[in-house]
Amino acid sequence: MKFQFESFADFIAMNNHGPYVWAAYGITFVALIYLLVSPVVQKKAFFKQQQKLQKLAQSNPDGQGVE
Amino acid sequence: MAWQWFHRLGSPRWFYEKTNPWLPWLAVISIALIVTGAVWGLAFAPADYKQGNSYRIIYIHVPAAFLALAGYYIMAISGAVGLIWKMKLPFMVMKSAAPIGALLTFISLVTGSIWGKPTWGTWWEWDARITSMLILFFLYLGMIALQQAYQQRDTADKASAVLALVGMVNIPIIYKSVDWWNTLHQPATIKFTGKSTIDPSMLYPLLIMVIGFYCFYALVLLLYTRVEILRRESRTQWVNDLVANNK
Repeated sequence: MKFQFESFADFIAMNNHGPYVWAAYGITFVALIYLLVSPVVQKKAFFKQQQKLQKLAQSNPDGQGVE
Repeated sequence: MAWQWFHRLGSPRWFYEKTNPWLPWLAVISIALIVTGAVWGLAFAPADYKQGNSYRIIYIHVPAAFLALAGYYIMAISGAVGLIWKMKLPFMVMKSAAPIGALLTFISLVTGSIWGKPTWGTWWEWDARITSMLILFFLYLGMIALQQAYQQRDTADKASAVLALVGMVNIPIIYKSVDWWNTLHQPATIKFTGKSTIDPSMLYPLLIMVIGFYCFYALVLLLYTRVEILRRESRTQWVNDLVANNK
C-alpha cells in the first residue's frame, strides 16, 4: 500500500478529477454530519420544552390553563 | 418464554434504556471505519485504469446506495410488523427511517451525478437504474409527507406503512435494472454470488466504507427513533422522570 500521488498538490488535483471527487465527498460529509447533529438538537429541544412544561405545572398545580 | 424478547421489543421504554449504552460504541466504530475507508480510498487505492481518479467516488456512492436500499427494507418491515402485531415501537422506527433514507438516496443520486459528468459526459441520464433510484427518493419523500398529513397518529402510521409496503415493488427493479435494461450505469461491482469485478486493493476500502455506513446508519436510526419515543411518550411517567432528572 502506497500513497498514489506525487505530491499533495497532485492529490488535490486528482488528474483534473479533483473538483468532482472533492465535491462528492464534501456534499456527503455535510449530509452525514447533518444526520448526526439533527436528532441530537431535536432531543435537546424536547428536554428544554418539557422542563418548561413541568415548571409551569408546578407553579399551577391544578393545571388550569395548562395543556 | 421464547417470545418474551419480542414483546419487550414492543416497549418503547425498554428500547430507549437498552440502546443507550450502544450509542458511543456505534459512534466510535462508524467514524473510525468511515475515516479509514475514505483516506484509503482517496489516497492509497490505485487509480482505475479506465476512469482514472473519478472512480474514487465509488467509496461513498456505493455505500450510500446500499443503505438507501437497506433502509427501505427496514422501513417497510417495521411498518409491516407494526400493522400485523399492532405494536407502537415499529411505527416509530418506520417514521425515523424515512428522513435518513431520503438523505442517503439523495447522496447516492448526487454523487452518481457528479461521477457521471467526467465518466459519461453527462450529469443526468434517464437510465433505468437512475430513474428507479429517483422513484425511491420520491417514495421516501412521500413517507415524510404522509406522516404529517394526518392529525391522528394512528392513521398516519397505518397509511405510511401501507405506502412503504406498496413501494417495495421498486426495490427488485432497482437491483435488476442494470441487467434488465441496457443501461449506462455499470453493472454491480460487488456480487454475493460469483466473482466481484474489482481488484482486492480497491475492494478492501470499499468493504470498510460499507460496514462503516451500516454502523453509521444504525447509530442515526437509533438517535432518531429515541427522539420519536420521547415525543410520543411525553405524557408517561418514565419520560417525565427523565426530564426532571435531566439538568
